[in-house]
Amino acid sequence: MAEADLKSIQKARAKEAESPRESLVVRFGAEHPLKLDSGIALSPFQIAYKTYGQLNAHRSNAVLICHALTGDQHVASVHPVTGKNGWWETMVGPGKPIDTERYFVICSNVVAGCMGSSGPSSTDPATGKPYGLEFPVITIRDMVRAQAMLIDHLGIDTLFAVAGGSMGGMQVLQWAQSFPERVFSALPIACATRHSAQNIAFHEVGRQAVMADPEWRHGRYLVEGTNPHRGLAVARMGAHITYMSDAALHRKFGRRFQDRSNPTFSFDADFEVESYLRYQGSSFVERFDANSYLYLTRAMDYFDLAAEHDGVLANAFRNSPTRFCVVSFTSDWLFPTSESRAIVHALNAAGARVSFAEIVTDKGHDAFLLDEPELFAIIRGFLDGAARARGLVVPS
Amino acid sequence: MNMQTRPQRDLATAHAVRNGSSARVDLLVVAQMVKPNAKVLDVGCGDGELLKILTETKNVDGRGIEISREGVNLCVAKGLAVIQGDADTDLVDYPDDAFDYVILSQTLQATWRPRVVLEHMLRIGERAIVSFPNFGHWKIRLKLLFQGRMPRTAHLPDTWYDTQNIHFCTIRDFRDLCNEIGVKMEAAVALNHWGGKLRINVPWWFWNLFGEQAVFLLSRKK
Repeated sequence: MAEADLKSIQKARAKEAESPRESLVVRFGAEHPLKLDSGIALSPFQIAYKTYGQLNAHRSNAVLICHALTGDQHVASVHPVTGKNGWWETMVGPGKPIDTERYFVICSNVVAGCMGSSGPSSTDPATGKPYGLEFPVITIRDMVRAQAMLIDHLGIDTLFAVAGGSMGGMQVLQWAQSFPERVFSALPIACATRHSAQNIAFHEVGRQAVMADPEWRHGRYLVEGTNPHRGLAVARMGAHITYMSDAALHRKFGRRFQDRSNPTFSFDADFEVESYLRYQGSSFVERFDANSYLYLTRAMDYFDLAAEHDGVLANAFRNSPTRFCVVSFTSDWLFPTSESRAIVHALNAAGARVSFAEIVTDKGHDAFLLDEPELFAIIRGFLDGAARARGLVVPS
Repeated sequence: MNMQTRPQRDLATAHAVRNGSSARVDLLVVAQMVKPNAKVLDVGCGDGELLKILTETKNVDGRGIEISREGVNLCVAKGLAVIQGDADTDLVDYPDDAFDYVILSQTLQATWRPRVVLEHMLRIGERAIVSFPNFGHWKIRLKLLFQGRMPRTAHLPDTWYDTQNIHFCTIRDFRDLCNEIGVKMEAAVALNHWGGKLRINVPWWFWNLFGEQAVFLLSRKK
């Protein structure tokens, strides 16, 4: 990528961090600090979010979507940086399973993200420069606390549903644990109540790739005018492999060559799969901040819902009034079905109302973002049942 | 015994097990035994037919476990709270006294350890409702006697090597099991071939001979 391009990308992203396009922003001043698990009070801070559909008169039809590690608030509308469709347009929109004609859908950029919510690329009011590593380390619970402040700001008492996959699913579980009375139904998809050693290991490889890039400059790249795009791209390439199954990779690329019929006996991207990963890496750096990647992967690593309940997960959901729908995918090896089963066992042991479905697919972890008709039917059916129980009108 | 090697029951088999011609009646008999507004767990809930009846007619707080993925997904899509699981392995995860009723409809004979399943049901629930095909029915007896082969009937059409029903019993056998593990039989209904209830005031041997299906309402002995 040309140096000038990278510079302009960097500038555009810095701007996006302060005043995001196509998004609403709520700013919390000194009187409303975000009290973090680390003990630090983040203030001032801002949350960028999008809404779709209309909040009803009883304020009872709000659905909060929690995005995954590399997602953002642009869940069902064109992304202002990439120009691509929203990341969950298959799921969210008019007539879709999460139907914006019936529900008021909210999606906010997580704190420590890079699409307009306060994060390491935001300006530190103390110095007037980007935070970089001066930004406090945040947790999944901190993300949820910030979302709860946004929901308060919107005047919503109880969310009809909280839904999300992967890191989004972790936030869903945290919501149900932290604010059980405010979550009528919860859809944790392709996730776990804790990061396994393998999960942490993969994330550490990604972080090391970023930090090994000489342009990272100990997180001060925005101040020094460099861009650790190579490190971030490698991190993304590695992570992307974990989002797909072996079968899906092979089905998509096999051992096919990229625009050539013979090996070049070099280290060019001879194979289609190499070319694909390089593309994934280079397109990712256009829209994502390297430090945000460090912070968000760290937040996932720290997540362990049972830890604060003496290791007994069921105690996290004791007397929960929330209706749960847990979904996993057969070929997801990053958050395998066994993790979802652990959630279900704990919910059952806690006497919570839980549905659980495992969907057969070879698309791996990313299946929750893809066209999976069975997933759509399950989420639609679950939400219809919850809507009836909530007194929302269900179209026949 | 290795549970992992157990074949997954697909929904078609679940249907075949549950839905004989009088299955509807069987479910209604079960439903009649449930008090309104109860908390119910249906073990082996198939496509959720019984849970739906119970939710609609008895306003129960219903949950289900189903082994076939297809059945689970159908249930969840209907808005029922159903999880994928196995009666043999997953009941252990439920806490004591979590439900008013635990129902096992046309599934007992397909479990690996019926006795353990039954014990768990009465640990988890105050009452258990169990329905099963009676292997002591006269037609089955005659088939075995005269053909000398494992009986196959309209309700139980599978061959011995294909069937998921690995633990058939008769009404008398089931009663013995209940006595052995100290379970109180609160009510029992036997259904004939056409789904009609057999007369109440007949001796057990009559039920065991002419009941094609049996439904028991059980509770813990005080």
